[in-house]
Amino acid sequence: MSKKIKLSELGSLFNGMDVEALEGVTIEGDIELEMDASGGLNPQLAYMLGHETAQIAQHLINISRLMGYPVDQLFGSMARAAVPGVARPQELLRSKFEVARMDEWKNPIQEVTLGATSADGGSRGRTITLGGENALPYYFDSPMPHRNYVTMDVFDMPIGMAKAVKVNYEDVIESPAEWAKKVVKDFNADMVTIHLISTDPNIRDTSAKEAAETVADVLQAVDVPIVIGGSGNPDKDPEVLEKAAEVAEGERVLLASASLNLDYERIAKAANQYGHVVLSWTQLEINAQKELNRKLMKQCSVKREDIIMDPTTAALGYGLDYAYTNMERIRLAGLNGDDELSFPMSSGTTNAWGARESWMVKSPLKEDSDWGAREYRGPIWEIVTGLALALAGNDLFMMMHPGSVAVLKEITQSLHGSLERDTVDISNWVTAEV
Amino acid sequence: MKINSPLEVYKYLPQTNCGECGEATCMAFGSHVIDRSLKLEDCTPLLEDKYKKKYLELGELMAPEIREVIIGVGEHAVTVGGDDVLYRHQLTFFDQPAFAIDVWDTMPESELVERVTFIRDFKKFYVGRFLRMDMIAVRSTSGDPGKFRDVVSKVMENTELPLILCSLDPEVLKAGLEVSAERRPLLYAATKDNWQAVADLVLEYDVPTVLFAPDDLDTLKSLASTFMEMGRYDLILDPGTNPQGNMLRESFENFLKLRRAGIKEGQREVAFPLMSVPLTAYLTGGDAVSSSYWETVLATVFTVRYGDIMILHSIEPFALLPEMHIRDTIYTDPRTPVKVEPKVYEVGSPGKDSPVIVTTNFALTYYTVESDLASNGIDCYLLAADTDGLGVEAAVAGGQLTGQNISDEFKKVDFDFNEKTGHNTIILPGLGARLQGDLEDATGMNVLVGPQDSGQIPPWMDKNWPPKPK
Ligand code: SF4
Repeated sequence: MSKKIKLSELGSLFNGMDVEALEGVTIEGDIELEMDASGGLNPQLAYMLGHETAQIAQHLINISRLMGYPVDQLFGSMARAAVPGVARPQELLRSKFEVARMDEWKNPIQEVTLGATSADGGSRGRTITLGGENALPYYFDSPMPHRNYVTMDVFDMPIGMAKAVKVNYEDVIESPAEWAKKVVKDFNADMVTIHLISTDPNIRDTSAKEAAETVADVLQAVDVPIVIGGSGNPDKDPEVLEKAAEVAEGERVLLASASLNLDYERIAKAANQYGHVVLSWTQLEINAQKELNRKLMKQCSVKREDIIMDPTTAALGYGLDYAYTNMERIRLAGLNGDDELSFPMSSGTTNAWGARESWMVKSPLKEDSDWGAREYRGPIWEIVTGLALALAGNDLFMMMHPGSVAVLKEITQSLHGSLERDTVDISNWVTAEV
Repeated sequence: MKINSPLEVYKYLPQTNCGECGEATCMAFGSHVIDRSLKLEDCTPLLEDKYKKKYLELGELMAPEIREVIIGVGEHAVTVGGDDVLYRHQLTFFDQPAFAIDVWDTMPESELVERVTFIRDFKKFYVGRFLRMDMIAVRSTSGDPGKFRDVVSKVMENTELPLILCSLDPEVLKAGLEVSAERRPLLYAATKDNWQAVADLVLEYDVPTVLFAPDDLDTLKSLASTFMEMGRYDLILDPGTNPQGNMLRESFENFLKLRRAGIKEGQREVAFPLMSVPLTAYLTGGDAVSSSYWETVLATVFTVRYGDIMILHSIEPFALLPEMHIRDTIYTDPRTPVKVEPKVYEVGSPGKDSPVIVTTNFALTYYTVESDLASNGIDCYLLAADTDGLGVEAAVAGGQLTGQNISDEFKKVDFDFNEKTGHNTIILPGLGARLQGDLEDATGMNVLVGPQDSGQIPPWMDKNWPPKPK
């Protein structure tokens, strides 16, 4: 970059400066000088000459030397030292910043609605719509049509929980319905997930029929859309979810889940028959996710608007890097046109509580620094796990700790642009007393 | 990087296939240069005079899109920037963000020394190494150059970690530089109001600097252009980190825009490392725990999306641990294998009375279990069963870990229980409890169920080992 200046302007710039020794220079005509920083000025010299005119003076010296004027005698060694130096421009070189929007993202993510109100044959107070994105989350390329939502976990029997989680549920741990009420009323859950874990033959082997009654109780207790989760037992889950789907007919619940290691056709069929949405669950493998989605659509006739994906959540420090990149790749593939991957995503963020950092009293390793109080470690572990995935493209979060839910909602809604907060003056953060 | 195929790199290499670089051919070397697993300098012949021109040209072509800036000197120096891609799966991110914790010049000296020592020594073991903090940011809260100089000196007496000198007053920065310039600190910051004087310091002391233009990318770019005009390329850009609401969203957008311009559009004036200041979470007036939480949240957002260096305030372990882990999550190389070789590993020097423990070959699972055992001095045999890189819980749920295939795994690697042990006992991970019966049937061994987390193995061993005869 260079700046042009007319030699005839130099006189006024030198006004008042102690450079009368240059007065003998006479220049014929009005020559334009290239002010090129590469032939600049030694900072030492710049300092001695005064910043304002240092660069011009340097060029004047050079020009004068070119024309045979004895500048070297005049300035002595200073002038010689000046040659390889660098000059500071006097004015900010004004430029404008611009950047293009992404033009590769042409394929929108499918919109999927959970829950049904009485108008649609259900009994929910409201519905929740996920998806519809045309860009990565919170990007300026295209507004994100729906914010992120949180569904909070409720179990159909008392389970082992980290202490920091347990203290919130001790009063409701025996009653899924009360538990569901509590998360909606006290903890601001957008949805409730009822996990029918007691149906596992290795746990209580609760019958599908009994489990379905629990589902009915929860539907009675709250009017938010719900997720119904099995026990994870691949032999028992199809039967349990079929019965649950039946009692929840018309409510557009999310059935969790169809996977490649169980009879996904039965889950898909139950969803189609009773008007629900299928959670398509795979384990950290984008190709398996494509395969299962394809099977659900082609082989089981599940409609696009009835599919949500769970590509698996691994906790911070325990494989979140795979989970994060898997989701980001899936979302980018969807936006770039892969219709087998362009579905909203759900994360079992609760998995963060499996990380030892979230529940252990102290580090099992002697070499580690003190891990500090564990009651603060668990919730932030759940938040950071969820937040990383939110940034990768995850839409719905299954969570456990009320504090984590509050903070995750605050940050995702801030990035979404749906939260008004006071503007803070950050221009002088350096001197802040904190 | 301006080129992306090994063939294009090959054109600039000596093409002798001499093998000095450790690769069999120049072409093979070329592909390692492209994936940045080897450096040009590893081809020693290329450094000879006759190849000098090609070496320099290739160096220019291979330079990362985002410039690298080095702060500090010696073994503690940190390098930031260096990225070539917008998403980690496209290659990997380079130069993990440097985390600086602040101190300030109105702190009592004893507190200052304690804080610096804590930051310097804080560490957490993770997959074969320690996670740590990188830098100290010294803030001038008094505005007094003399005070600032003293505090900078005090910090230097207590740590070799690189410094960020923070003040918008050039006189204060100069005072700090007078005592710390030889450590090559980072200046924070040149703004539209003070840039001339800061530029003079940068030129005089030859140090890197941050350019700070909150919420104003035009000014930020103007500052960068101006400093580049002076031949300064060790610049870091801070577009401002607003802590909340819509302004936070705007800050987030600014990071996206700058990085996209730098990597996708090759805009050189903004292809510099970006600084985020999650410390601004403390300006929102929340209590200590909420502010610390929110700071971690901001650090997470800007670690995921393009922050290359950060200034943080909280030194609570519940802030430092997740911050260090999310940074590792995003910057760990996705090209390194997920799995360890499935086999029976010896931890310590196991003998006939040592336990035989089962885990999976998912690298994270394996290393976690292995370090828990080794750190507690437990000698044992550890089977990393081939679950195709799944952890225990997922592999049990997905059927990759069953009684039968654990039994097969032991057979596959010829592990002879009679020869190696005198107890015929296998310990299953607690998360695989449901496999106990199957494994007993498949092997005819005595199967014990260990704890759910390998960190609990030592107390579990105290209670359950050696196994009681049936
Ligand atoms: S050292 Fe250089 S010349 Fe020799 S094989 Fe490697 S790339 Fe080729």
